Amino acid sequence: MISIDLLFEAVLFGILLGCFYAAVSLGLSVAFGLLDVPYVAHPALLILGSYFTFLLSKTGLDPIICGLLLMPVFYLIGIALYRFYYETFERRSSDTGVRGLAFFFGIAFIIEVCLILVFGVDQRTVSATYIGSSLEIGEYRFPYRMLVAFGIAIFLTTLLTLYFSKTFNGRAIKAVGQDEGALRLMGANPVKIKQLAFGIATAVNALAGAMLIIVGPVEPAMDRIYIGRTFCVVVLAGLGSMSGTLVAGLILGIAESVVMMTLGASWAPAVSFGLLLLMLGIRPQGLFGR
Amino acid sequence: MNVNEYIFFAGFVILQFVVLATAWNILGGYAGYVNFGVPAFIAVGAYSAVVLFKSISAPLVVQIIGGGILAGLLGLMVGLLTLKLRGIFFSIATVAVVFILETVVMNWRYVGGATGLQLTRPPDLWIFDTYTRMLFFVMAVLAVCSVSIARYIQDSFLGRGLRAVRDSEEAAECSGVPTLKIKLIACTISGALMGVAGAPMPMYLSYIEPTATFNLNYSISALGMPIIGGTSHWIGPVIGALLLATIQQIVTVTVSNELNVLVVGVLLVLFVVLAPDGILGLIKKWKQSSK
Repeated sequence: MISIDLLFEAVLFGILLGCFYAAVSLGLSVAFGLLDVPYVAHPALLILGSYFTFLLSKTGLDPIICGLLLMPVFYLIGIALYRFYYETFERRSSDTGVRGLAFFFGIAFIIEVCLILVFGVDQRTVSATYIGSSLEIGEYRFPYRMLVAFGIAIFLTTLLTLYFSKTFNGRAIKAVGQDEGALRLMGANPVKIKQLAFGIATAVNALAGAMLIIVGPVEPAMDRIYIGRTFCVVVLAGLGSMSGTLVAGLILGIAESVVMMTLGASWAPAVSFGLLLLMLGIRPQGLFGR
Repeated sequence: MNVNEYIFFAGFVILQFVVLATAWNILGGYAGYVNFGVPAFIAVGAYSAVVLFKSISAPLVVQIIGGGILAGLLGLMVGLLTLKLRGIFFSIATVAVVFILETVVMNWRYVGGATGLQLTRPPDLWIFDTYTRMLFFVMAVLAVCSVSIARYIQDSFLGRGLRAVRDSEEAAECSGVPTLKIKLIACTISGALMGVAGAPMPMYLSYIEPTATFNLNYSISALGMPIIGGTSHWIGPVIGALLLATIQQIVTVTVSNELNVLVVGVLLVLFVVLAPDGILGLIKKWKQSSK
């Protein structure tokens, strides 16, 4: 029988894990939730971020600094990717559904295989002073790596929420998801705004990737399980809600942590995909959907 | 006969992809519903065969029929669950089915769990010299059957209905097309054919193991082949599968296993961007310009 104490510990760990899941899903929440781009390549770019962090950190830099340094690079990658997607699919508006999906699915596999060819299938880790030790409060232990991820997650969510509610460009990004025509009438160029949003979504992914490799070892095929985690969080949140993303992340984190504690780690992958399927079947617009 | 055994070994895989690509195209090409969950159906076929073989040592034909029926039922269930979902939501739901079933199988001792299960082929060879040759023949028959089914569907009421759904689901519904019904039928047939393609796998490898069976690499191939070949006609997936699976077999032998996924991925992206109607579209264009 599971004791209350163990369950409490599972929930505590779930909260940390949940914030982490929310942070890796933020980029998708913008690209897919707000812009309706079928961005299946998001988890692959997340892993790419982790591997770039791994490379940069060999120079002795702290992984978080590496993640921050990678953000401008990923911003440009995001802009290029959207520009390309727009020119080839959205502008021609020719059956974007099937081809757009196939395009991003193909990109995801190309990134994954290239990572395998360059780095091999071995797991990679980074080292920093805060990885490996834990903060002990009473009888509970909080690994510092999870606390770091927790901090980054809160920071990113707050930053994006503020950006989308306070700045002109942020509000325009929210508006472009609702009504492109109206935005055009207000004198803003929807394509430029979407491009900016996609750049931001991908830049956030760089820092999230750094966080991923801080939290645990990374291997190229990991993007597959993160398809479930990121899409679960975004669908659960209701497309495009930043604070909803945090809550949805927490739900997933706690659910996964409790399942790991009660049924064992081998059942963990089914949690995110199960929640996702359940949500899609019952309420596709999400918990906080429009 | 003195033919290199490897021809049959590789030929089995190529024909298997003809079945998979054709099956994918019934839902993905005709109706525009992108199924990322191909390995789920293959695995249901394969694991049904394993259970039938282990429990009552059923012959291959029974294994294939059983696998087809169960995978068809899975298709029907996925269809029912995702009735209201379109585009990426449908695709993501199918990925979810793969991982949920994989987790279940990983924890299912009877079929070997995560470590897998070694299987001994029965000595039954029928009229063939080796077991691999028999499997090759069986897969060839399955390929012919599934292509015939796809060809029949294309010009039937079902095919016309599915194309109407692809172009506009609302318009189809308004014109009296029973969209829900034909979507469910397409999901079931497509799933059953994928299961049929997966059912001989355990006997082919004499082994079954979840990570390889539930591998998403099957998805990119089963989706890439019809799109590269051309999704509008039943011959498209056949061309795509024969061409790409042959390239994949050559690449696997000469270079590496990872690279064959890269080949499909790169070709898929190139075709989607540069030649959206696939090889069939290119042929059509070439014919028109040479007139």
